[in-house]
Amino acid sequence: MAADTLFQRITDYTHRADPYPLYAELRENGVARQDDGSYLVGTYHEIAALLHDPRISSDRRHRTAPDETAGAAEALPPSFIGLDDPEHHRLRGLAMRSFGPPHTPDRIDGMHEEITRIVRDLIAGFQGRERIDVVDDFAYPLPVTVICRLLGVPTEDEPRFRLWSDAIVAGFDPTPGEDPVERQRAGTEARKAMGLYLGELAERRRGHPSDDMLSAFVNDAGPGGQLTPLETMTTAVLLLIAGHETTVNLITNGMLTLLRHPEALERLRGEPALMPRAVEELLRFEPPVHMLPQRTPLADVEVAGITVPRGSPLILMLASGNRDPRRFSDPDRFDPAREDNQHLGFGSGVHSCFGAPLARLETQIALHELLQHLDTPRLVEDPPEYRRSPVLRGPRHLFIERGGV
Amino acid sequence: MLGESRGGRIVVVGASLAGLRAAETLRAEGFAGSLTLIGDEEHPPYDRPPLSKQVLLGKVPADRTGLPQRRRLDAHWKLGVRAAGLDPVGKRVLLADGADVPFDRLLIATGTRARPWPNLDEAAMDGVFTLRTREDAVGLAKCLDARPRRVLVVGAGFTGSEIASACRERGLDVTVAERGPAPLVGALGGTLGELAAKLQRAHGVDLRCGVTVTALEGDDRLTGAQFSDGTRIDADIAVIALGAVRNTEWLAESGLAAGPRGVTCDAGCRAFDMYGIVTDDIFAAGDVARFPHPLFEYQLLSLEHWGNAVAQAEVAAHNMVNPGPRRRPHLTVPAFWSSQFGLNIKSVGVPTFSDQVVIAQGSLKDARLVAVYGYRGRVTAAVSVNQARSLEYYERLIETAAPFPPPPGAADQRESPVPMPSDVPDPKVLSHGPTVALTGHLPDRRLTVLRPAR
Repeated sequence: MAADTLFQRITDYTHRADPYPLYAELRENGVARQDDGSYLVGTYHEIAALLHDPRISSDRRHRTAPDETAGAAEALPPSFIGLDDPEHHRLRGLAMRSFGPPHTPDRIDGMHEEITRIVRDLIAGFQGRERIDVVDDFAYPLPVTVICRLLGVPTEDEPRFRLWSDAIVAGFDPTPGEDPVERQRAGTEARKAMGLYLGELAERRRGHPSDDMLSAFVNDAGPGGQLTPLETMTTAVLLLIAGHETTVNLITNGMLTLLRHPEALERLRGEPALMPRAVEELLRFEPPVHMLPQRTPLADVEVAGITVPRGSPLILMLASGNRDPRRFSDPDRFDPAREDNQHLGFGSGVHSCFGAPLARLETQIALHELLQHLDTPRLVEDPPEYRRSPVLRGPRHLFIERGGV
Repeated sequence: MLGESRGGRIVVVGASLAGLRAAETLRAEGFAGSLTLIGDEEHPPYDRPPLSKQVLLGKVPADRTGLPQRRRLDAHWKLGVRAAGLDPVGKRVLLADGADVPFDRLLIATGTRARPWPNLDEAAMDGVFTLRTREDAVGLAKCLDARPRRVLVVGAGFTGSEIASACRERGLDVTVAERGPAPLVGALGGTLGELAAKLQRAHGVDLRCGVTVTALEGDDRLTGAQFSDGTRIDADIAVIALGAVRNTEWLAESGLAAGPRGVTCDAGCRAFDMYGIVTDDIFAAGDVARFPHPLFEYQLLSLEHWGNAVAQAEVAAHNMVNPGPRRRPHLTVPAFWSSQFGLNIKSVGVPTFSDQVVIAQGSLKDARLVAVYGYRGRVTAAVSVNQARSLEYYERLIETAAPFPPPPGAADQRESPVPMPSDVPDPKVLSHGPTVALTGHLPDRRLTVLRPAR
């Protein structure tokens, strides 16, 4: 079988602003082995099946050709996003105890007012300025502030962990054709540094409980036991990165999409009750996570007529599945009232997004408040400048002019 | 033709989940004619699954389980009045209050009721309950609030087990009597039945299998019960959980293929008459329907599943307002869930349509697993315990008649992948009716020989 270079083209930065034609090509071509040995899947039903297939591992250590740095002696072990059941289930369950139902059902719902206040404070900061960067002035600080409150991390330390976070995200950028070793090494170092930092914050709370998740990790033991100090580190790093690097894209992609669809923007202004559905459509249309690059089959697995050998890198292109015409009618149309919208924006299956309820709430409030407070917002440049990562895809800046007021 | 099917008079008999969802779908699909819903309960449609769970635990009041109405129905509601008969020639539903309601098309969604305790005097005593309606749940929850010394649950199917679980969670002493060898065995077979028995006992249930209740004792009030093994207990409350009876008596003279196993219909939800001729203006959906399923050798299936009521009602409604070539079959894979004793149990397919079972993921020891069922070498069902997110994968295996046992390689495969006999008992040895039943091929009720359970 001839190897394909589609993955190279998809990850190439020049296609970041509009990867969708390449995704259409991927769906058209079916599952194919890439020249770096990985297999790409871009059709909805195949992705959905693989996300529920218990033979598909999330643990990179099952790859036939393991990456050099991940197993380094000084590296932190994987967090639950990179583990399989039953270990994944145990760790995710322990983390969920202080985040959601059944043990803490009100945590996210209880943040409604606080998130609204943070959003309004940020919008108040626009005062007197005609030009705003939706990313730096709004969509980045909001989820960072929220995840810091939730975990119990001082917001003042943000500049420190922003550097770590950038390095960690660059470390798992799967873009082929570049020497990844240095990036991965830097990512591993940053992850360790962030882990030590968060571990220390958590340890200081041991015996001095406060109302945050780091405190719960070290002070609350359930029937399933408690996270060890090392597990507290890996889990806290995961949650901080995930809370930090994904919602920013969802909010920014959301504002960008609404500005490109003025009729939808107007409709949502007058019909705020439609916002939850519009956010689901954004998760389909412009999802914050474009692919899951770290799956590996534990047995030879047949996908759409192609056998993907055990141990091969298997890359699930969620954003492509979201535009699959065999699943969604008129998939390239943004329809804020779309029905039957079981998108892959949060993945699916056992690893389905841990923070989804929080991301939904933040984005619903953020977009609603923006629409209510900006009179005639206008895009300054389209397409905007994008962040480097093809995985966590979103604009680096999104300049708008406020208009009116 | 199109205009005709969007107008006229549609009557839905049964105002619970299936009736409501059908009514909503009729309107969503553009039905503009007159729509009437008839229900024998006083209440607008409400949700029943919480009645044996959150309501008994006191977490949700029984009057707060109303089903959301997702669109304006613009319907005539006739609540608190029972349908007493059907005149298929005159196209009228006869009501118990003597009125009749004419229709052009009819949907039968009368569901089931709780199977009563056979001894009427004993059943009439204070402290003896069944659990099906909101009133049942209010009465039972109130009695549980008064902290009875012991609750007897008769029948360890899903409802009985959930009631026992709620009682234990409230710290009440519970005895469960089951005629079969283990709880849930009629739906899930021997392997998971054994797990359920262990868990019930670990949660402090006095579980007695292989026995029947021979008498409920007391004068006006229940005081105790006698068992077939000669033992007896003191009990203040008895909950009869012997399964369900299909509400088809009102159709006895209708000429439809309606009987104790339900109203037989085709894959498009059109009811058969007693000679096996399909009608074109009478449809059935929900617990009362009995329909053929291609995945199970086209045997007629009777399901008491929430999800089936919704899916089948939507198909029935669609077919009521669409001409022949646009009609859809009801093909969804059966699925249900239960929560009890800290376990979340979910099932897809028909576990009783099996000869073998294998623990494909997880382990019995941890009570977190997926059991996969096979029949003659193909996958026919899967049941997850505290591991529901894997079920979609197995649903696909069922839909595609994938070979059994399923391929190895699951990340969390712990137990030996060697299949065991699925050990599904004959329903006749159970004290409760199965919630999933394959009922053969024939639509003609005259050809169905029924023997009352002894």
